[in-house]
Amino acid sequence: MSPVLLRSMLLVLSASFVGSFGAVFLKVGSGRLTKSPLSFLNGPLVLGVALYLGSSGLFLLGIKNGDLSVLYPMVSLGYIWTLVWSKLFFNEPFTRNKCVGLGLILLGVFFVGLGS
Amino acid sequence: MSTAVVSPQPTPSAATAGKRRAILLVCACTVFGAVAQILMKIGMKHFSPEPMALITNFPLIAGYALYGLNTVMMVLALRDGELSMLYPIIALTYVWVTLLSYTLLSERPNMYKNIGITTIVVGVAVLGRGKRK
Repeated sequence: MSPVLLRSMLLVLSASFVGSFGAVFLKVGSGRLTKSPLSFLNGPLVLGVALYLGSSGLFLLGIKNGDLSVLYPMVSLGYIWTLVWSKLFFNEPFTRNKCVGLGLILLGVFFVGLGS
Repeated sequence: MSTAVVSPQPTPSAATAGKRRAILLVCACTVFGAVAQILMKIGMKHFSPEPMALITNFPLIAGYALYGLNTVMMVLALRDGELSMLYPIIALTYVWVTLLSYTLLSERPNMYKNIGITTIVVGVAVLGRGKRK
């Protein structure tokens, strides 16, 4: 494996990881919303948005000189991290439909990557 | 037929309605997200780092504004729904981006992408069916 591809893969992997935490903090922040629009400026929500921006920065760096057919499916690893964090932090159940649905989505993203 | 089944939750129908609304909100989110991506792609074609060029780059500005709106909608959805259910639905963005690329950017349709977006749609449908273990 070439060092450039390895670097791209590591960047995309970290993008998916950082992004999944972005989602976790958005979820936490969403629980602190009140009737006031200013409540959107709560700590977890701002951190969530910042993590998202950081994640898209890493992703853009990663796909700059990489093969999209390898890198695209790696982005969707973020969905798997998020499923794990949902169970861990919010005690959301793993149901069969969630796992099957997610599996199909990952397969679909893999095919979209192949066509890119 | 059992008639005396009492649900443990106080207002199950309200919770279900909230979750359904959250799913629809995220689906709408993905449409905006896809349009934002296409706008940014168009905007980047005549990108130049000068201030005047940046503030008159309408597609780029509109793309960012849509992303902002997108985030707000996503947060509102997350308030009522499960993260593990809503987050993967964002993959629908791939579907809209692919379809918009075919129609607006006149990219040539390709079989892998078509198989991919069909599979994503089926996956989201299974996911959205929800509760059953």
